[in-house]
Amino acid sequence: MIELKGIHKAFNTGRENEFHALNGIDLHLPTQRVTAFRGPSGSGKTTLLSIIGCLSRPTSGRVRLGERDISGLPERFLTHIRRQTFGFIFQQFNLIKGLSALENVMLPAYPLGGNWRALHERAESLLGDLRLAHRRAAAIEHLSGGEQQRVAIARALINDPQIIIADEPTANLDTGLAMEFMAILENLHAVGKTVILTSHDPLVVDATIVHQVIDMRDGRIVTPVPIAEGCA
Amino acid sequence: MNAWIEKQKYLIDFTLSSLARRKAKNLGLLLVYTLIVFLLASVMLFTHALRQAAAEVLVGAPEVILQRMVAGRHDLIPPGYLERIGRIRGVQHKEGRLWGYYYDPVVKANYTFMVPGNQDIAAGTLLVGAGMARARGLAVGNLISFRSYSGKLFSFTIARILPHDSELVSADLVLISEADFRSFFAIAPGYFTDIALSVANPLEVRNVAAKLSQQFPDSRPILREEILRTYESIFNWREGIVLALASLAILAFAIFAWEKASGLSADEKREIGILKAIGWETGDVLKMKFWEGALVSLAAFLIGYLAAYLHVFRFSSSLFAPVLKGWAVLYPRFELSPVIDGFQVATLFFFTVFPYAAATLVPIWRAAIADPDAVMRG
Repeated sequence: MIELKGIHKAFNTGRENEFHALNGIDLHLPTQRVTAFRGPSGSGKTTLLSIIGCLSRPTSGRVRLGERDISGLPERFLTHIRRQTFGFIFQQFNLIKGLSALENVMLPAYPLGGNWRALHERAESLLGDLRLAHRRAAAIEHLSGGEQQRVAIARALINDPQIIIADEPTANLDTGLAMEFMAILENLHAVGKTVILTSHDPLVVDATIVHQVIDMRDGRIVTPVPIAEGCA
Repeated sequence: MNAWIEKQKYLIDFTLSSLARRKAKNLGLLLVYTLIVFLLASVMLFTHALRQAAAEVLVGAPEVILQRMVAGRHDLIPPGYLERIGRIRGVQHKEGRLWGYYYDPVVKANYTFMVPGNQDIAAGTLLVGAGMARARGLAVGNLISFRSYSGKLFSFTIARILPHDSELVSADLVLISEADFRSFFAIAPGYFTDIALSVANPLEVRNVAAKLSQQFPDSRPILREEILRTYESIFNWREGIVLALASLAILAFAIFAWEKASGLSADEKREIGILKAIGWETGDVLKMKFWEGALVSLAAFLIGYLAAYLHVFRFSSSLFAPVLKGWAVLYPRFELSPVIDGFQVATLFFFTVFPYAAATLVPIWRAAIADPDAVMRG
């Protein structure tokens, strides 16, 4: 369970260009659900996602993960939580150029220092599950958009996190690849993962596997949608 | 422990791949840094070896030399001085020396004529330094003529060319018999250029010098340690001049290297943000980037130092030799004995590797402590 209370996020505080991206978000996100944030550009979806995923800190407000208040934790502990709990799929994929698909997938596990052979096998297996085994040695810049996204998904799963966070996951994909992504999402939900994503793509937010769609505008939640019947 | 070792292996692996991914930047930095180390190390190695060589040469020099002064200029020692010096307590050995300079208009060079105290030279023959032999194209058995200051022409046969090993001090040297020297320079018997003394007790050298000053107020005693100090200051001065001349180039290279090393490209910043976002700790990122900088600067240091070593001790410092070792027209050609001063190596290491590591780490640290989201967004 993730709980947010009175979350505010301001950028350039005290300057002329001060900007409030989030203006008092109160939210409760259940586990093992697929939740989508919907809203126009600048509505604060990505900022909210980065706060949920401990990629940034709120200017004020509290974040609870399970029974633990993580708002005031030092960076080191946040990194630990990020590594153990979350897997990220970014809109621009954020893969490291020059590294192979396999190396990119293995990267989040490096700080854990596990056995190389085991890590290698797990990364290969994830790429295999996502039908990318034949492209494992290819440099990331030589992969198509869809392939890059699947590498990003494999990377998000390498440490077996409980929560998958995806920011506009279908923004750079055509319809076919977007459908493929939704199928992967369904599989992740099926194995008990919590999925939190942002999107304004109807293909995503109207999909039956999405349990909850939360509308945002101007840094506020405007229309919380109740959990869809029969999707749990 | 096992996990820690594995983690370090992963970090090193990623560091190497990171270096390979920015080949152009890293090779450029390596090249510039190597050049800086090479320049500094060459000057340091060369002057240090030269000092060492000079000190070794002076080991065999007399402890005190007495020169007579007239009107503030060096003049001949008249007869009687040697006997009086022999009566001073503490003087173990005394010897009148004969030497002088001769300007050869043929090659526009100065030679040092000297009567050796420890070997006999046949009348009409000369032993010449390798520098002079080169300048005049001399070989053993050749005849050479000099016009003395009185205008008279003297001809000599070359009996031997002095060994190459001693060229540091013998490049322009001409060894001549006492009789030939006196007639060539018109110095009457009993007169000497100066007097060399040895003192039985090394602790008494200064006392003997004081007695000499007292008994021969028209003369000045020169101690071996003073000559050594003069050599030191000459080499320090020359080293300073070379470094001052090279400093602009070194500074320009250093600024370039600093800017390249300390500036993080948008790609590098984004990469740090990604690593943080996917679970790397700030310490992991710093460690990885530290290894990156350390590998470049260490490689530059080793390659630069090795190149400087070869330049100085294998290729006779061809770049700096004219400035650093020449004090006469006939430049000595000699191979310096390899000498490495640990303190100098440490100083050079401290002033090259550490600034580089700091230059690379500070901006990375700044990026690494920021929220990953902010770093990725730029």
